[in-house]
Amino acid sequence: MFMSILWTGLVLVSILYGAATGTADAVGAAVMTGAEDAVRFVLGMGGAICLWCGVARVMEDCGMAAALSAMLRPVLRRLFPSASRDAEIMDALSANIGANLLGLGNAATPMGVRAAQGMARHADGKASNELCLLVVINTASIQLLPTTVAALRSACGARCPFDILPAVWLATAVSLASGLLAARLFARFWP
Amino acid sequence: MSALASMIAPLILGGVCLFGLLRGTDVFAALLRGAKDGLGVVRDILPALLILFPAIAMLRASGLLDSLAGLTAPALTALGIPAETAPLLFLRPFTGSGAMAAAADIIKNCGADSTAGRTAAVMLGSSETTFYVVSVYFGAAGIKKSRWAIPAAIAADLGCFLASAWAVRLMI
Repeated sequence: MFMSILWTGLVLVSILYGAATGTADAVGAAVMTGAEDAVRFVLGMGGAICLWCGVARVMEDCGMAAALSAMLRPVLRRLFPSASRDAEIMDALSANIGANLLGLGNAATPMGVRAAQGMARHADGKASNELCLLVVINTASIQLLPTTVAALRSACGARCPFDILPAVWLATAVSLASGLLAARLFARFWP
Repeated sequence: MSALASMIAPLILGGVCLFGLLRGTDVFAALLRGAKDGLGVVRDILPALLILFPAIAMLRASGLLDSLAGLTAPALTALGIPAETAPLLFLRPFTGSGAMAAAADIIKNCGADSTAGRTAAVMLGSSETTFYVVSVYFGAAGIKKSRWAIPAAIAADLGCFLASAWAVRLMI
């Protein structure tokens, strides 16, 4: 329902504001050019998206995600002490984080959901601290190579689509740190 | 730094394929299969963007986006965030396709290499659709009481937005 309200609201507000400020002509023209732009834009991004999906497939097939997951285990054991006692949950958890880092969305979500289900098994519908942490890490987007955004920038004529990488890494690190800090604080006091 | 940035895509392409080849993977077949997955991704995002683009284009054409940016400018610029990114800040946690349409609009209108355009790209690339992720995970795990997951995820989003703006200004 959120999207329906948002979309209808955007259209109505544009019509009203356009009529009130005398930009109605531009609003009328934007309906068609907007749809046209969307096709041009998605087709422009499409090539790069397909290429990087190909690379993602290679990473998956050659076991790169599995190797990364194994490297992550010591860190995860400290963040998830009780989940790491269950080998099955730990496998799903490290596969989830590894796939997230490499940007393998297709592999990350099923693994993360499996880990979440394992953690929730004896929880009675109430999220444990570690389950909350898993969700927070998954909302923080720890992807090392934001290929979709690079494709978007490329479609918009960026000189070097990947030159935002250092900034993305810094922002991701700060985002993850804020999430972990909030988690540490909340876990102590939240009932 | 910029030479490394422009070489990073080919280097990763080459590195991943070499790694795959050394481990005996049929790299070309995997690339083809992945590219086919990519067509599915394109097919999945096209309808939502096709519907959202005209709405955001209308909002832009009506002049309301600029007024909105002007309205939020004092608060955002005080925090070091370009005012043009305001629509993206509001949409990002709720809708993935809406955020992408908003970011594309900002990047197109301010320029892909402008501060606002870069900031929008960094924000989009270093955050997730928070409420969607929360509902997928807790829905699948049968969780009714999400406790502090949402406040902490929002804290991560706020950190992400601030850091995106600061990082872009730092690196230009």
